Formats: sequence, C-alpha cells, structure tokens
Amino acid sequence: MFNTALTWNDLAFLAQGAGMTLAVTAVAVTAGTLLGILFGVIRFQLGPYWAAPLTLLLDVFRSVPLLIQLVLGSAFQSIVKLGWGAFTTSGVVLSLYTAAFCAEIVRGGISSVPVTTRRAARSLGMTWWQDMRYIVAPLATRVSLPSWIGLTLGVMKDSALVLWLGLVELLRASQILVTRLQEPLFILLICGAIYFLLSFPVARFGGYLEKRWSPND
Amino acid sequence: MFNYTFHWNQALRALPQMLDGAVVTLQVAVLSMVIGVACAIALTVFRLSGSRILGGIATTWVEVARNTPALFQIYMAHFGLGNFGIHLSPYTALLVGIAFNNAGYLAENFRGALKAIPDTQARAGRSLGMTSLQAFRLIVLPQMLRVAFLPATNQMVWAILMTSLGVTVGMNTDLAGITQELNARSFRTFEFFALAAVIYYLIAKAVTLAARAFAWRMFRY
Repeated sequence: MFNTALTWNDLAFLAQGAGMTLAVTAVAVTAGTLLGILFGVIRFQLGPYWAAPLTLLLDVFRSVPLLIQLVLGSAFQSIVKLGWGAFTTSGVVLSLYTAAFCAEIVRGGISSVPVTTRRAARSLGMTWWQDMRYIVAPLATRVSLPSWIGLTLGVMKDSALVLWLGLVELLRASQILVTRLQEPLFILLICGAIYFLLSFPVARFGGYLEKRWSPND
Repeated sequence: MFNYTFHWNQALRALPQMLDGAVVTLQVAVLSMVIGVACAIALTVFRLSGSRILGGIATTWVEVARNTPALFQIYMAHFGLGNFGIHLSPYTALLVGIAFNNAGYLAENFRGALKAIPDTQARAGRSLGMTSLQAFRLIVLPQMLRVAFLPATNQMVWAILMTSLGVTVGMNTDLAGITQELNARSFRTFEFFALAAVIYYLIAKAVTLAARAFAWRMFRY
C-alpha cells in the first residue's frame, strides 16, 4: 500500500474531480435554494389545501431515487431536444431535487415564526413584503440555517451520482484511477478523505449553530 | 415539437419483471435496516460504555457514515475490500454499504432519542436491582426505540432510495438494475425509468403510511 504508483498528476486529477463536485453542488444549491424559498413561501401562503398540488409535486422529487431522476432528466432533455450537456442536465435535476427539500425547510422556518409577532408587525403598518423582509426572514433564517447546511452537505454527497451521466467528479475520477492503477483501497481512501474533509468541518459548524441558536438560548 | 413516439406498452409489458425487482429492492432495504438497527444499538452501547476505544470506534463509524456519500460506501464495500481478498457480490456489497450508512444515521437518531429519556429511568431500574445492562435493555432501549421510530422510518425510505445505487456496482436483480437491463436492451430509457420512478414512489409512500399506521396502533397512549 505504501509503494504506490500514484503520482502528483493523479492527485491533481482527483482535485479536478473534487472541483467538479463542488461546481455541481454550488450550482444545485444556489438555484435550488432560490427555487426552494419561492416554493416554500408559496406553500405557506396558499395553506395546506391550495398548495396540495405543489406539495405533491415536490414530494415526488423526495420519494424517487436521485439516480432515476438523473436518468429521466437526461432522457427527457434528449427527447425534447434541448441539447443540454451532462453538466447542465445534472445541474437542473439536482437543483429541483434541492428545491424540493429546501421548500420543506423554508416552510418549517416560516411557520416557526409566531403568528402574534407577524400580526404585531402588520399592526404597525408594515406591508406583507416588509413583514416578510424584516420580521419573518431573520427569525426564520435562525431556525432553518442548520437544516439548510445539512441539506447542502447532503446535496454535495448526492452529487456523486452525476457520474452516471458521465460527468467526471470526485468519485468517478477516483474510479478511473482505480481502473488504471489497480489500487482500489488506497485511492478510494483518498477519495473518502477528501469528501470527509469537505463535509465534516461544515457539519460541525452546523451542529454548533444548531446548539448556539436553539430557541431557548 | 418533438418527433418521439412513446412506447408505454413496451414498458407496461415488462411490469411483472420490474415488480419482481421491486421485491428484491424491498428485501435489500429491509435487511439493511435490520442490520443497521442492530449495529446502531451496538454503537449506542459503545458510546454509553465510557470506554475510550469503543467510543472512538462508534464516533468514527458515525462520522464516516454521515460525511461521505452512500455511493462511496458501496464502492468501498465492492472495490475497496478487494484489497484484502474479500470479493463481495454486488448484492452483498450493496447490502453492506447501505447497512453501514443506516447504522451511522440511526446511531445519531438514537443518541437524540436517548436525551429524551430521563436519567432517573435507568437509575430507578438500577435501584430495583437490575444490572446496568438489564436496565439498558429492559428500560432504556424500548423507550429509545419508541422515540426513534419516526426518524427510523425516514431512514427506511432513504434505504429504499439508496438501493437504486446498486446498479452502479453491477447489481441487476433489483428494480433499478432490472430497469437498466431492460433499457440497455430496448433503449426506451424514458418509459422504463418513468415506470420505475412510479414504483419507487409507491413503495416509499406505502412504507411511510404503513409506519404511521403502525406507530398509531402501538404508541397511542
């Protein structure tokens, strides 16, 4: 295990893969969060009955394996002839996947804001938008941020699945190296260590925030 | 707009085959949950034991399971163990990978659930003359499992979704694997995978509802 054929070039290749993982994650989390906030607010405003179709649709994204979603997304874009590459397709599918989870977090965050607080804001003459912007947003963020961090990390880990569409991200990069060098354990350990180093500190930070910001601090 | 004719008939004709795959999917998920719960209980005991080494093992397991992708864990079981001369079949590798993942997440759930059980419960058990293991097994564990039941059903749904990853290590008997094989033969990707998505969705919903009904029946008081 210690006399390995792994060269610096191979490590750079892995780093490139990690870069791809981060790029896909960044796209998915950015777009997914924006969409998720939109869907979450809509779901909250419409109430459980009128929002039922949206809830059901988002639930589909959470109850169907991501791998199947990716394959379906890729097949769909070729049927409709959108001409998307692997990166765009996986970005779009992962964004919708993220949005489905994020909407749930946002809705939970908004409903954690006491109704009385919001009524007080409206009584002071604030518009709905001002109430949302100055009262709900800060309070809801406090509640939702730890779970949002968890979601981001989840998406980063799930982004490994885009290898099925042929995108060379961290896991695929290490698989290519394994095929070439025939040292599966060593290379996979490096790959796992990279994932761990990316995820663990952020997870710890999320845990810290959760403790620090718990409602009765 | 697009000149593509959907051939749903072809997919529907393969439905019995895919349902067979769904059974395998459920089987893997259930087995992985059973193993996962057993390992998670062991990890919880390790953490409570106060031993540095056992606690270290438990923490490492939980953190690795939670901070690396499930697909990576399955790859590790399938390709990584080959270094030690252990060659697992795709089925076993998938099972080991998911069970490892489940155990990590469940152990964390159990830890949260433990906090909900007052210390006095275990102490009362001890005062009645139980050994600490008896107090854990007979007093703490049942209450812990009850609190952790709903998060555990979520994990069960995750386990079902994770079984689809088996196809990446060459599993060809579960729902995703069979769908992929049918797809490779006919290139009707969208139809087959859409049908698979419907089946996965129904399984996930059925499990959630069944768990809710079970919880309502068992934990009503």
